Amino acid sequence: MARARVLIRPKEGILDPQGKAVERALPALGFEGIGHVHVGRMVELDVEDPERLSELCEKLLANPLIEDYEIEPI
Amino acid sequence: MRWGVLQFPGSCDERDAFHACERTGAEARLVWHEERDLSDLDAVVVPGGFSYGDYLRAGAIARFSPAMEAVAEFATASGPVLGICNGFQVLCEAGLLPGALLLNESLRFTCRQLDLIPADGPIRQGILDESARRPTLSIPAKHGEGRYYAPDEVLDGLEARGQVAYRYAPGQNPNGSARDIAGVRNEAGNVVGLMPHPEHAVDPLTGSTDGLKVFEAVATAGARA
Repeated sequence: MARARVLIRPKEGILDPQGKAVERALPALGFEGIGHVHVGRMVELDVEDPERLSELCEKLLANPLIEDYEIEPI
Repeated sequence: MRWGVLQFPGSCDERDAFHACERTGAEARLVWHEERDLSDLDAVVVPGGFSYGDYLRAGAIARFSPAMEAVAEFATASGPVLGICNGFQVLCEAGLLPGALLLNESLRFTCRQLDLIPADGPIRQGILDESARRPTLSIPAKHGEGRYYAPDEVLDGLEARGQVAYRYAPGQNPNGSARDIAGVRNEAGNVVGLMPHPEHAVDPLTGSTDGLKVFEAVATAGARA
């Protein structure tokens, strides 16, 4: 079994209201100079055949129309 | 004529949808998500709710259920399918309808009565013939992830082919949907999905019976098929 981490984020250019809300909240807490905040998901999993990870991401973990994903072995 | 109303773990509007189906004067039955045989049905409703807890993305898990595989075959064979709210999300995830539904721009769950403008494109022998004859429909919407999205070139194609089934009336877009789109249909016209809830607007008791028009339109298509 190989362990992997999949990072899923909204595609560039698609409005990400969660990211915007976080970005707007930060200055009120004294965190200045922060921009381009995006909120996504992380999935960790054990997989017997890492070759199939992309297919699994395309079919279920991410919706390729609206999300990008990255697979990281860990 | 017999309707089937899907029921996933986490569905919550299937009873109202069932009731709306019966109000069209037809029979109806619930279809548990593990069922595969839809051969006795003339039309199918994929209802609202939070199928499988909406884990991962709304509708993402439900699309792999045996009942949804059967619905995909039913739709391919020109069977009329109506997806409402979570059902719309499921149909998009299943690739039976174009686009996706994202978090509301406001980040808030929205719940309000609003006016829908039916089919703005060329009207075909589709399941919306009936409701398209009415100027607007007063129907409630209640959702947290209803912002319709598709890339611009896809939206252009949908508009050119008359696949925008419903739009929010000007100034009433509750979620930031692209081009005020509240519902779309497939190219053949037999599959339609919308975020607002026609099944909650079928009785004068709740203020509007316009939702019945949506069901009657599907029933007409079901009787024709």
